Amino acid sequence: MTSPLLRRFRIVFSTIIFIFFFLAFVDFKSLFPVKYLNILTSLQFIPSIMKFFDLRTLATGGFIGILLLTLITGRTYCSFLCPLGIAQDVTSRIGGRIKKKFRRYGFKKPFTILRYSILAITVIVTLVWGIYMITLLDPYSVFARSMTYFIKPVVIYLNNFIAGILGKFDVYTLSNVPVKSFPLIVYSIPAAFFLLVGGLSLTKGRLYCNMFCPVGTLLGLISKISLFRIKFDEATCTRCGRCAIRCKSSCIDFLKPNVDISRCVSCFNCIHTCPEKAMSYGIAGTKKKVHETDESKRKIIIGSLLLLFGLSRVASGQNKTAPKPKKDSTVKEKKTHPVCPPGGVSIADFNIDCIACSLCINICPNGVLQPSYKQYGIAGMMQPVMDYHKSFCTYNCTKCTEICPTNALHPLVLEAKKLTQLGKANFIKDNCIVNTERTSCGACSESCPTKAVHMIPFEGNLVIPEVTEDICIGCGHCEFACPTVPYKAIFVNGNEVHVAAKKPANIESDMKTPVEFPF
Amino acid sequence: MKRRDFFRTSIGGGLAAGAAIKMGGFEKLWKAPAAGAKYDMVAVMGGNPDAMFDLGIQELGGMGTFVQKGQKVLIKPNIGWDVIPELAANTNPLLVKRIIEHCFKAGAKEVYVFDHTCDNWVNCYSNSGIEKAAKSAGAKVVSGNSESYYQEIEIPGGIKLQKAKVHQLLLEADVFINVPVLKDHSSTRMTCCLKNSMGLVWDRGYWHSNNLNQCIADYALYEKKPALNVIDCYNVMVKHGPQGVSKEDIVSMKSQILTTDWVAGDAAAAKMLGVPVEKIEYIPIANKMGLGNMNLDALNIKRIKM
Repeated sequence: MTSPLLRRFRIVFSTIIFIFFFLAFVDFKSLFPVKYLNILTSLQFIPSIMKFFDLRTLATGGFIGILLLTLITGRTYCSFLCPLGIAQDVTSRIGGRIKKKFRRYGFKKPFTILRYSILAITVIVTLVWGIYMITLLDPYSVFARSMTYFIKPVVIYLNNFIAGILGKFDVYTLSNVPVKSFPLIVYSIPAAFFLLVGGLSLTKGRLYCNMFCPVGTLLGLISKISLFRIKFDEATCTRCGRCAIRCKSSCIDFLKPNVDISRCVSCFNCIHTCPEKAMSYGIAGTKKKVHETDESKRKIIIGSLLLLFGLSRVASGQNKTAPKPKKDSTVKEKKTHPVCPPGGVSIADFNIDCIACSLCINICPNGVLQPSYKQYGIAGMMQPVMDYHKSFCTYNCTKCTEICPTNALHPLVLEAKKLTQLGKANFIKDNCIVNTERTSCGACSESCPTKAVHMIPFEGNLVIPEVTEDICIGCGHCEFACPTVPYKAIFVNGNEVHVAAKKPANIESDMKTPVEFPF
Repeated sequence: MKRRDFFRTSIGGGLAAGAAIKMGGFEKLWKAPAAGAKYDMVAVMGGNPDAMFDLGIQELGGMGTFVQKGQKVLIKPNIGWDVIPELAANTNPLLVKRIIEHCFKAGAKEVYVFDHTCDNWVNCYSNSGIEKAAKSAGAKVVSGNSESYYQEIEIPGGIKLQKAKVHQLLLEADVFINVPVLKDHSSTRMTCCLKNSMGLVWDRGYWHSNNLNQCIADYALYEKKPALNVIDCYNVMVKHGPQGVSKEDIVSMKSQILTTDWVAGDAAAAKMLGVPVEKIEYIPIANKMGLGNMNLDALNIKRIKM
């Protein structure tokens, strides 16, 4: 096949996939249907493998499909389905607009030792210790984190800017949405990868995919025996080198001529650019070279990234204008375990399965899921943890459990989630306003959806909180609502293993429907 | 400076004209809201929320007593919880809808509805049924859960609460109608008219940590008082308030109280709930501060049974 439609088809297809991913990840109003999101993520290689080994059902075997696809068509996954790959194509295009040099790639030698070492280390580390390397390098997760940490806040700012203008004209179709920032340290890894992948793709095409990405390397190995591939017609080829210059993977050596099929991502740019129609996509293969050393101009990239980074910092100033109560609380909360999200089953189970893609963090309507920085230890960095100082878990919501692409969070039906105890509320009387100020408060009990936190008589007309542990589900609304600083008077200590909470018993009131006004 | 110029030239004139009209009615609106009302309080029993309101507002001389042509009205229901209407943690949507319709009939230019919710606001607005009901009646439903909407105001004479950040719509509206739902409350024993104003402000935590009952009463000093309070006592959460656990917490009372005096409204509501007024500390405090009259015997009350 030498049709230019191949490239066009790739562009249209990947654009659609990318738009879906983009919308899903900037969707701050929970408009994107969960089931479509699940279809998107089920076609992601690493999440699908993770889910398969957790559930062992054929329905979770998206990665098998990807392997077969690679066997037949080569690394089409990288160009058609991988959101990070498509995002790189977008930045490459932008790079090409900025500077001519950035769109002239040319053949480069493969980083053979580096890429296979990374693949080998990833596999070994994963099998022996855990998923840390995958968490770090999985292209889907790298993309997802970039969206959650850097792009979504920008979109929300844009929304707020427009909402502000509309508000001036008395139009309230858009609402101001507070941007919630994360602890600064968890930005480090996503920022490093955002800069790395962004910078490389802006100036050098698909270098991340062919240097670091373990999925790319693995699929590259398989594509060496793929049925369909890019090949030369040596007779018609004039060795003009246009194909090599347009090759984002820098894998066409036009002098030989040869295509390094392990790096080729089937973007079909070469076919499109060849004036002699000497390049084609079909069964079996052939060969080709140009060398260019690119000097990248990094100011623009770094400048714009700093802007993104800076914006999310500005956001952190947004939600802390609360005036303080007159006395500081004195007793430190003794949290022995972090609170792991619903569906996580146990902290240990969850830590093994979560690749920290941040999808749940992104989708949580309350923003209670926060990337951890020390709660799970250094190995669990960026995995979601419930942060009840920031927010609380909405009683009527199971979103995070429904969308987890690796099944680190098992799906929970609402009734089950309402009875899943993530942790238990602990009351610290010495911090409580009712005790220290002798005035009423009850913010915790007011918020409690099960009334595990309820008020009992204290002094005079005052009432003070008490916790019934077995009906507490650890949603953290009490901790969030408690107004004491710096330590809360009520906090949720995580359960190492989630357990079933008792259903709150309730009896009919003996009050009757009135027949006369009592006044 | 370009934007400023733009605003000045394009809508400056319009704004000035609008403001002049508003200022004319200012005194009447905020200082003597019940000028035309025959009763201090109308209590209705035995009908649906919308039908009871129709009757109650008629006894008060119709919505025209409170809303003048061209005015902007803020309706503040309780939408605090992500709970379905049957569990009565939020104001009845039918009632909210009917009040809005009356406002427009009286010539209101705009009607706004918002609450600073406790649960996730998007869920509260939709699951309470209020967003849909209010929009269908033509009101603008606005978020109350972003600090950017709030502006600082002074409360002269407040003992614990001298400053608060209130929603800009409260400042912009010409008429404020308070539409609480009567409920049991875990710490203050009852939530109704006065306590409903906690959904008008941004920083409730400050109230909780600085003598909640005094702050609730203090806030009632603020000049933008409700022209009318409509208390939803259709289904009343008599325990496990203010959120409720299940339908066992609800008693059907099929009642409604309309009053221009929110302290009196709370005193009447306390009787409905069967709690001694003195137990609900903010009521006697507000009464003592002269913010209303909790002595129901001194009021002209119209009681209607449908």
